Amino acid sequence: MSRGILSGIHMPWNSLGLVAVLLLLVLFFSSQSEYFFSAVTFRTLANQIPTLTVIAVGMTFVLLIAGIDLSVGSVMALCAAVMGVLITDAGWPLFAAIAASLLTGLACGAASGFVSARWAIPSFVVTLGMLEIARGGAYLVTDSQTRYLGAAVGRIGEPLAGLGVSPALLAALAVVALAQFVLQRTVFGRYMVAIGSNEEAARLSGLDTVRWKALVFALAGLFAALGGVFQLGYLQTADPNAGIGLELSAIAAVVIGGTSLSGGRGSVINTFLGVLIIAVMQTGLAQLGISEPGKRIITGAVIVAAVLFDQYREPLARSLSWRRQQKE
Amino acid sequence: MRATPSALLQTRGLDKQFAAPVLRGVDFTLNPGEIHALMGSNGAGKSTLCNIIAGIHRPSGGSLLLQGAPYRPASIRDAEAAGVRMVMQELNLFPNLSIAENLCFNHLGNRLGVINRRMLSARAREALARLKLDDLDPHQPVSTLGVGQQQLVEIARVLAQPVKLLILDEPTAALTDPQIDQLFLQLDALRQAGVGIIYISHRMSEIQRVADRVSVLRDGVMVATETARDLDIDRLLHLMAGPAMVHMPAAGGSRGPASSEPRPPPGEVALRVESFGRRGAFSDISLELHRGEVLGVGGLIGAGRTELLRALFGADLADSGCLRLPADGFTREHRFHNPREAIAAGIGLVVEDRKGQGLLLDRSISMNISLGKLPQLHNRLGVVDDAGIARQCERLCDSLEIKRDSLTQAVNQLSGGNQQKVLIARWLLQDLDIVLFDEPGRGVDARAKLRIQQLIRELAARGKAVVVVSSETEELLALSDRVIVLSNGRLAGEFDAHTVTEEELLAASFHHYVGKERGRAPVTEVSP
Repeated sequence: MSRGILSGIHMPWNSLGLVAVLLLLVLFFSSQSEYFFSAVTFRTLANQIPTLTVIAVGMTFVLLIAGIDLSVGSVMALCAAVMGVLITDAGWPLFAAIAASLLTGLACGAASGFVSARWAIPSFVVTLGMLEIARGGAYLVTDSQTRYLGAAVGRIGEPLAGLGVSPALLAALAVVALAQFVLQRTVFGRYMVAIGSNEEAARLSGLDTVRWKALVFALAGLFAALGGVFQLGYLQTADPNAGIGLELSAIAAVVIGGTSLSGGRGSVINTFLGVLIIAVMQTGLAQLGISEPGKRIITGAVIVAAVLFDQYREPLARSLSWRRQQKE
Repeated sequence: MRATPSALLQTRGLDKQFAAPVLRGVDFTLNPGEIHALMGSNGAGKSTLCNIIAGIHRPSGGSLLLQGAPYRPASIRDAEAAGVRMVMQELNLFPNLSIAENLCFNHLGNRLGVINRRMLSARAREALARLKLDDLDPHQPVSTLGVGQQQLVEIARVLAQPVKLLILDEPTAALTDPQIDQLFLQLDALRQAGVGIIYISHRMSEIQRVADRVSVLRDGVMVATETARDLDIDRLLHLMAGPAMVHMPAAGGSRGPASSEPRPPPGEVALRVESFGRRGAFSDISLELHRGEVLGVGGLIGAGRTELLRALFGADLADSGCLRLPADGFTREHRFHNPREAIAAGIGLVVEDRKGQGLLLDRSISMNISLGKLPQLHNRLGVVDDAGIARQCERLCDSLEIKRDSLTQAVNQLSGGNQQKVLIARWLLQDLDIVLFDEPGRGVDARAKLRIQQLIRELAARGKAVVVVSSETEELLALSDRVIVLSNGRLAGEFDAHTVTEEELLAASFHHYVGKERGRAPVTEVSP
């Protein structure tokens, strides 16, 4: 029942729920480990988060139109490889190499999106193909060798003097804010929601659904490339094996954030909260001395629990708002 | 009425009510070894009657007797246990399973669930042989068959089980002539074996060929049951249409409120349709739409009306003929490849399936209304002008009397009538020259229906060209200035809505379903 001025601001209570979960996790790990609530932990988090964040933002858009993109991990590796090789072998300046890398990602995503939308092939299959193609491309470009870039790219991940945060983190936060704005306030955002809610209705309203769907996948590719740039800055190496399984982490973050796999409903802010929850859990569990297998099992359980909660959240919310209406 | 001892099925005073009464006191008797045709125009209650007999719906009143004993099927399963089976109009086959697996679906395996292929195919061959479908390989997947063959397999599936009473709903719609002959041979064999058959069809020639008796429903009332041999088509049409009613504008009453004044001369041509066709749907449709005029499209369900509107709108592709537009002085031939092109040319379509193809159900009223207009409602950066949208939507909702809590309310919380108005508002916001309505009054309460009819007349009064497809003759005549009738995918007549009778419309509706051997006199045409 948002009315008047308040109708412009959307802070749904599931965002608050996610924030609460995040705070509880931080409290829990802080109480269990004296090292958790420390600058070291937060520096680790700040380094890890940017890549997953931007990739998950792209994935949010894709899931919003009821698609899926399995290729983002491979595309990220390919784009990072292109950038690494251009800097080490071709001696390109940093910004030109970044631009080339972003273009590569955009092209990969646009290709998947166009093929899937134009010929009505499930995006699952097309991006599965792209997953292999891009990985092959990454091996080809790097000659299957990891490239060491060293200080040339280090400043992307280094904290800025005086601010304490890296350009990568700043850029990732900017992407989150911008993407949320696009989703909420622009025509493109409305179109994504419309296509995800009822694609046929969208088409019969005159939308060029093929073009918009292709654009969404192109953006997912672009964000994968950006994630690659961030990772390169952090690790300072271009590894053709990077990002294996990253698509699943991204989907997990989006799903924890409450975006529906069947399309039409989603929020970039909530995806970011999902990324934070995953990152805090990973770091926290590691500090508690839980082994890698244990971490995986717990993370998996949390994903399922989040979706389960999400399923039953809607009827719950509806019955609540119904009761409120009865009172009015 | 007393129980006829020999009857297979008897219904007594059968009533059925959904929102409105659909069946009223229907008495119907089916004898064993009889093919009994059931006829009536759209919405007369044929399907409802059959659905009750087949256990899909329960009657609101009255009783049924099967072989003299009370018969109250609570489900399809109950009806089937009693030997009552219906072949549905939609195919109920599993396309990726083989013919044999489909035919024996309820008894696929042995007790361990293991399938014996040889036994399965033997049983399937037997069932297929009855319909002279020996040439089909039982192991072939059903998806590889044509629609007609699938229909026959569906019938074979029903006949593979013991049956006393068989209901066929338009079984020949997808069949070729030789396939129809095979089907009729089988029906004849069933008749010999004492099976009672209820046969729903629009095709007069077939009914005269196979049926023993014909019953006619009109507005849920059984108006006549006669021997098929004695019945001629004119009398049948008369029975289905009811007492002849001439719709005079002066008589007011049934006419829409906005049209009591004398009809203005038709405006300039807004769209010219030439020999328009789409394979398997409709063919050779030529017509003109005029500004300021409502063109009604009548005809039976399945005559190709929805398909025609969809092709005009570019939702489906036409494969012959063309459209001509006033924008280029009717010089160029157009065929729209997608709705976007049609909208750009000034055409909008209010779809029939508003939940499946029209609305974003879990989205807000304002989003649903503004969806098509968004390209004009944003600034240079693509940021949506929400205040502007709210203002325009609020104005439209007020003028259409859309009941709402707020514009942010999701449309699935609205009544059917208000949902329909939201869908219409989407096109009103764009102010197009031509608006096509497909069954605008379906699933809508009486008040909303009246408001929608008013609105359609207002659109015409404002100089728009409007097309309305409606299966309700009353609505069609109340709304339209001119009516065309489609029959079996072809144009079967054009009438002045003010002077045409229901019987004339019905005759045209059946025109192309009547066999070649008994061609009716050409339908009277009124030049516009």
